[in-house]
Amino acid sequence: MEQYEPDRLTPVQLAAVRRSARGGRAALTRRSLLRASAAGALTAGGAAALGACGIPAAGRTEGGTSATDHSAKEKRLAFSNWTEYMDVDDSGKTHPTLDAFTARTGIKVTYTEDINDNNEFFGKIKPQLAAGQDTGRDLIVLTDWLAARLIRLGWAQKLDPSNLPHAFANLSPQFRTPDWDPGRAYSYPWQGISTVIAYNRKALDGIEVTTLSDLLDHPKLKGRVGLLTEMRDTMGMALLDMGKDPGRFTDDDYDAAVARLQRAVDKGQIRRFTGNDYTSDLSKGDFAACLAWAGDVVQLKADNPDVDFLIPDSGYLTSSDNLLVPSKARHKTNAERLIDHYYEPKAAAELAAYINYVCPVDGVKDELAKIDPDAAANPLILPDQAMQAKSRSFRSLSAKEETDYEAKFAKLTGA
Amino acid sequence: MTATLTEAPPTAPAAGEPPRRRGRLTPYWLLLPGILWLIVFFALPMIYQASTSVQTGSLEEGYKVTWHVATYWDALSAYWPQFLRSVAYAAAATVLCLLLGYPLAYLIAFRAGRWRNLIMILVIAPFFTSFLIRTLAWKTILADGGPVVGALNTLHVLDVTSWLGWTAGDRVLATPLAVVCGLTYNFLPFMILPLYTSLERIDGRLHEAAGDLYATPFTTFRKVTFPLSTPGVVSGTLLTFIPATGDYVNADLLGSTDTRMVGNVIQTQFLRVLDYPTAAALSFILMAAILVMVTLYIRKSGTEDLV
Repeated sequence: MEQYEPDRLTPVQLAAVRRSARGGRAALTRRSLLRASAAGALTAGGAAALGACGIPAAGRTEGGTSATDHSAKEKRLAFSNWTEYMDVDDSGKTHPTLDAFTARTGIKVTYTEDINDNNEFFGKIKPQLAAGQDTGRDLIVLTDWLAARLIRLGWAQKLDPSNLPHAFANLSPQFRTPDWDPGRAYSYPWQGISTVIAYNRKALDGIEVTTLSDLLDHPKLKGRVGLLTEMRDTMGMALLDMGKDPGRFTDDDYDAAVARLQRAVDKGQIRRFTGNDYTSDLSKGDFAACLAWAGDVVQLKADNPDVDFLIPDSGYLTSSDNLLVPSKARHKTNAERLIDHYYEPKAAAELAAYINYVCPVDGVKDELAKIDPDAAANPLILPDQAMQAKSRSFRSLSAKEETDYEAKFAKLTGA
Repeated sequence: MTATLTEAPPTAPAAGEPPRRRGRLTPYWLLLPGILWLIVFFALPMIYQASTSVQTGSLEEGYKVTWHVATYWDALSAYWPQFLRSVAYAAAATVLCLLLGYPLAYLIAFRAGRWRNLIMILVIAPFFTSFLIRTLAWKTILADGGPVVGALNTLHVLDVTSWLGWTAGDRVLATPLAVVCGLTYNFLPFMILPLYTSLERIDGRLHEAAGDLYATPFTTFRKVTFPLSTPGVVSGTLLTFIPATGDYVNADLLGSTDTRMVGNVIQTQFLRVLDYPTAAALSFILMAAILVMVTLYIRKSGTEDLV
C-alpha cells in the first residue's frame, strides 16, 4: 500500500484528513435513515406514508435523563473520543493514562475513537438521544457549541461535584464559566483549542503578516490563504480582526464580518475553506498562511521548521472539547471518576505532553517540565498570563441564531 | 429480462412428474432478497426523504409535514448555479473518460493478448486504496510548486486555461480544472469496464469480413466496431455521469469556493445548517434532473441493451 500514499503524511495529518473528509460522508448513516423510515413503512399509500414520518421534537428534559447508575455493580465505562486525542505508549497499543486509571480504580474502560466530526457524530447519536435511549456511551467529547446544544436539548446528565474534587479545584480559570454551562454543571473540558494564524515561512517569501486583514488583503497572497469550515473559528477571528468581541457581538457585527470575508472570497484571495486537512496544504506551501488550530501547529512545526504561528494583536479564539455524560448513560459515577482522574496534575501532564493542545488543568507545569521541558514552556500548551489575556471565546447562540449564522456562513463558503 | 422468463422449454408432461406448483413460485422466492433490499435500502429512504422535503420545523420543535412544496422552488432558485456546475463538470469528466477509456478498452479487448488480465488488474488497482487517498494524491500531483504545474507554466498552457476560466493564475489546484481531473480519474474504471465487456464480445471475424469487403481500418471501426460497442458506451457514460454529478469529495478537496457542486450544498445543508427539508428537496431535484437527462440520452443513443 505504501506506494499509494500521496505524500508522507504525519499521524496528525492523517488523523486530520480522516476527521475532516469523513465528515458528511459517514454522517448520512443508513441507520438514521432506516430508523425514521421504519415509521413510514407502517403506513400504506404514498401521501399517507409521507405524512407519517415527521421528526419528533427533541425531548426537553431539564438536566438530562439519568438512567439507574450501574457504576457500583459494573466496574466499566464506555468512553468515546476523537481520533489521536489520547496518549499512546511506544508500542502504539495501550494508553498509559487510561491504564493508570484502571489500575487505581478497577474500572475497565472501553475506549473508542469514533468521533471524527462534530456534525457527523451528532447525526449519529441524535436518533437515540431524541428517542430517550442509551447511546451505549458513558462519556463523550464534544466541541463546546455542540456540547451547548446537547445541554440545551436536555441530552446531557448533570454531574455530581462531590465525585469531581480535583476537577473542581484544578480547572483553569479561563475555562470555568462558559456562558453555555456556567460553573461547569454538565461538562468539563478535555482539551482547549486555540485558533491562531499559521504560516509557511518559505511560501510567504518575505511577506509580512501580522493580522487576519493582511491575509485577506495582501495582493501577493491571492489564492494562497486558507480559512476554516468551522463557522465559529473563522467568524470569531474575523470579528476579532474588526475589533469586535466574539463573546458579545450583534447580528449587524456578524453580517459585517461575513461581508468582509465575502469581499476576500470574491477577489479570489481565499483558496479554500478546510477542515483539519489544512495541515498538508500548509506544510506543502500551497497555503502561505491560514487560520489554524494551535495544537496541530505545534506538531507541524516539529516536522517542518518553515511552519509557524502568530497571534494577532486583536486576540485569538479559544474553544474547548468537553467531556459530557449523555442522557441514559449507565455508568455516570464511573465517568465522573475518569474526568476527575484527568484533572490530577500527573495524568494531565502526561496527556498534555503527548497531544499538545491547551491543557485546561492548573498546576501541571512542574509535572510537565519533568516529562518535556519544551512543552512546559510553550504558551500554546500552558498559556501564560499574556496569552490568556488575548484569548476570547465565541458566545453561545440560540437555536435560531445558529441556523441563521450557519446558513450565511455556508453561502460564504460557496454552498 | 422477459426473454429468460418465457424461454423455459416446454417439457413434455409425463406421468409421475412432481406437481408444478412449487416451481411456479420459485422465481418469486429468488426475487425476494433483491426486492427486500430495494425496499429497505431504496424505497423506504426515498419515502422518508420525500417526506422530509415537504416538512417544516426546527431541531427543537421537531419537523412536521406541512406540504411546504415551496422549499423546492426556493432551493432551486438559490442553488441553480451549483446544479449547472455539477452537470457541466460531470459532463466534462464523462467525455474525458470516454476519450481516455475507449482506446484503452479497445487495446485490452483486441490487442493485449496475454497481457489482458494484467492490464485489467492495473485498471482496477487504484481501487485497492481508498477514494479519499486517491483524491488526495491529486493534491500532491497538482501542488503549486510541483513539476506538473511547473511544466504547464513553462509551456504557457496555464495562460490559455486561465483565459478560459478553467484555472486561476499560475495554479491548478482549487480550480475547476482540478475538480474535473479528479472526477475523471476517480470514475475512469467505471467507463473502461463496460466498454471492455462490449468490445470483448465482438467477434473478431467481423473485422476480417469488413477487411474482405475492402473497408479501411477506420471504416471498420466506424461501421462495425463502434456501433457494436454502443451498449458499453451508454452504460459507461451512465456509470460515470450519474455518480459524478452527485460527487462532492473532489470539489471539496480539489476545488475552491467557486467550484462547489450540488453535492457540497446538500452536505452543508444537511450537516451544518441542519436545514433537512432543503437538503432533501435538493436531493430530489438532483435525482429528477439526472433521470430526465438519462432518459433523453438513452432514447437518443438508439440502443436497448446496456451491457
